[in-house]
Amino acid sequence: MYSQGLIGADGSTVEDEAFLEAFQKRIDAEQKIEPNDPMPEGYRRTLIRQISQHAHSEIVGMLPEGNWITRAPTLRRKAALLAKVQDEGGHGLYLYSAAETLGVSREELTDQLLTGAAKYSSIFNYPALTWADIGAIGWLVDGAAIMNQIALCRCSYGPYSRAMIRICKEESFHQRQGYEILLTLCRGTDEQKQLAQEAINRIWWPALMMFGPHDSESTHSDQSMHWKIKRFSNDSLRDKFVNATVPQADYLGLKVPDPNLKWNEEKQGYDYSDIDWDEFWRVVKGDGICNRDRMKARRKAHREGAWVREAALAFAEKRAAAAEAAKTAAE
Amino acid sequence: MVDKKSLFNYLLRLGDDQQILSQRLGEWCGHAPTLEEDLALANIALDLLGQARSLYTYAGEVEGLGRDEDQLAFLRYENDYVNALIVERPNGDFAHTITRQFFYSVFMDLLWNGLLKSSDETIRAIAAKAVKEVDYHVRHSAEWVIRLGQGTAESRERMVDALDEFAIYTGELFEMDALATEMAEAGVGVDLAALRPQWEAEVNNILTDAGLEMPKVNWMQTGGRSGEHTEHLGHILAELQYMQRTYPGMTW
Ligand SMILES: [Fe+2]
Ligand SMILES: [Fe+2]
Ligand SMILES: [Fe+2]
Repeated sequence: MYSQGLIGADGSTVEDEAFLEAFQKRIDAEQKIEPNDPMPEGYRRTLIRQISQHAHSEIVGMLPEGNWITRAPTLRRKAALLAKVQDEGGHGLYLYSAAETLGVSREELTDQLLTGAAKYSSIFNYPALTWADIGAIGWLVDGAAIMNQIALCRCSYGPYSRAMIRICKEESFHQRQGYEILLTLCRGTDEQKQLAQEAINRIWWPALMMFGPHDSESTHSDQSMHWKIKRFSNDSLRDKFVNATVPQADYLGLKVPDPNLKWNEEKQGYDYSDIDWDEFWRVVKGDGICNRDRMKARRKAHREGAWVREAALAFAEKRAAAAEAAKTAAE
Repeated sequence: MVDKKSLFNYLLRLGDDQQILSQRLGEWCGHAPTLEEDLALANIALDLLGQARSLYTYAGEVEGLGRDEDQLAFLRYENDYVNALIVERPNGDFAHTITRQFFYSVFMDLLWNGLLKSSDETIRAIAAKAVKEVDYHVRHSAEWVIRLGQGTAESRERMVDALDEFAIYTGELFEMDALATEMAEAGVGVDLAALRPQWEAEVNNILTDAGLEMPKVNWMQTGGRSGEHTEHLGHILAELQYMQRTYPGMTW
């Protein structure tokens, strides 16, 4: 997530020139913006959108991998996967807290996810079909996330930037773990190598899509770059990811599913095919193979957990009332 | 001198209990009532999985046939699993999961503390780590029992239902069959029956705080320790063993 976090963001703003100029001056001086600082409404709105969609991505992202916890092939792999999925939940929690510093509640944000008003990274609308996919998700999906998130560590909004620094450490651990799963498969039997190749075939393009639309199509990018919410363009991060990842695929002995992939000596980077943008927008808009399943799972958990949350709330209120009564009696 | 075969079987009982309950808790991941509970249940599942791994690894060493943790965890027939029935029961709703965890964790708290004095050094070491973990499991589940018992009419009703479902599986935990007796007499294990009064006292304390009570039980279900399970274990193993059975003999 990540560059897709800006999808649907509205950076329009109503403050007067002097206010905006003073704000921009702080941004240009690389000062971090903190929760109680004055900020343009458009900046606040854009950040809420970006951070909450990032948080939703962490939460929805628990589903495809969570689906493999009960089937992990060894106890060691099961423990690592369980810990990884738990980390992602922790990232979600941490990011919701960062969003809350901007004056929204987690409940509002959750509602936006469940009604479809907010999005999450389209990568999680692709299925995790085999154990090799768990490796490929760690390697490519967490890898693409890191590329974006390292860039976000220098975001102008303090709480988000600090959340990213903490999260990046865990994401790189996830990436190495995923790569190691694939390495084991690629050194294994023919069946295992085939599983690994099929996984990269499926996940390569969706991973490249995680960087979002071309810069020329990315409507909210300019304002976000100006405000240093976002510091690198979608295409430059995608290029960086491809350049870093292709040699890793070579080392595994896996073929990147792109007939046009070629080293370009002059630009010192890879040339590669264009993304299937019809597929990209189709999946973002709700017609990927897992969109409905993912939303159904989130809504079901929310609906079936309602009585638990109500009970916890009722109990907390009873406790508070009892404590209050005890205090009054003592006075 | 402790009989190797008996010690092996005893370790399998302990290992299977932790593994199967961990597997059940893993099913919750991503589907819990709150994000905080997603993390908490995963946490407990991870603790139990870690305990299971130590127990299986040691069991493999004791057996001396070269079986590792995975061969013991994944590659046995259903009636060779010797976990107590309570851990294989389905998750049900959150009240069911909490009740199962509560009954079980209070028991394991007592057992691990007893095993701190085991004559077996490895078991003592495993217990030393586990007592810290199970302390949190008890606290987490007991707090929820109270919250749900006192929360709303609905949460209370669900708790009553869950207590009714799981009470009949608690007796098995304290059974002293030939193996349990042999291990207790050798100083390796603990007299489980002797733990029961304290278990009842602790459980009743919390239930009283929750405004709940232990249902009356006519008959305690049993069978897991001799490999006779409920209908649910087979389905658990179908998932658990899926990779190892589908792709036999590979390294993952
Ligand atoms: Fe992420
Ligand atoms: Fe994450
Ligand atoms: Fe991650």
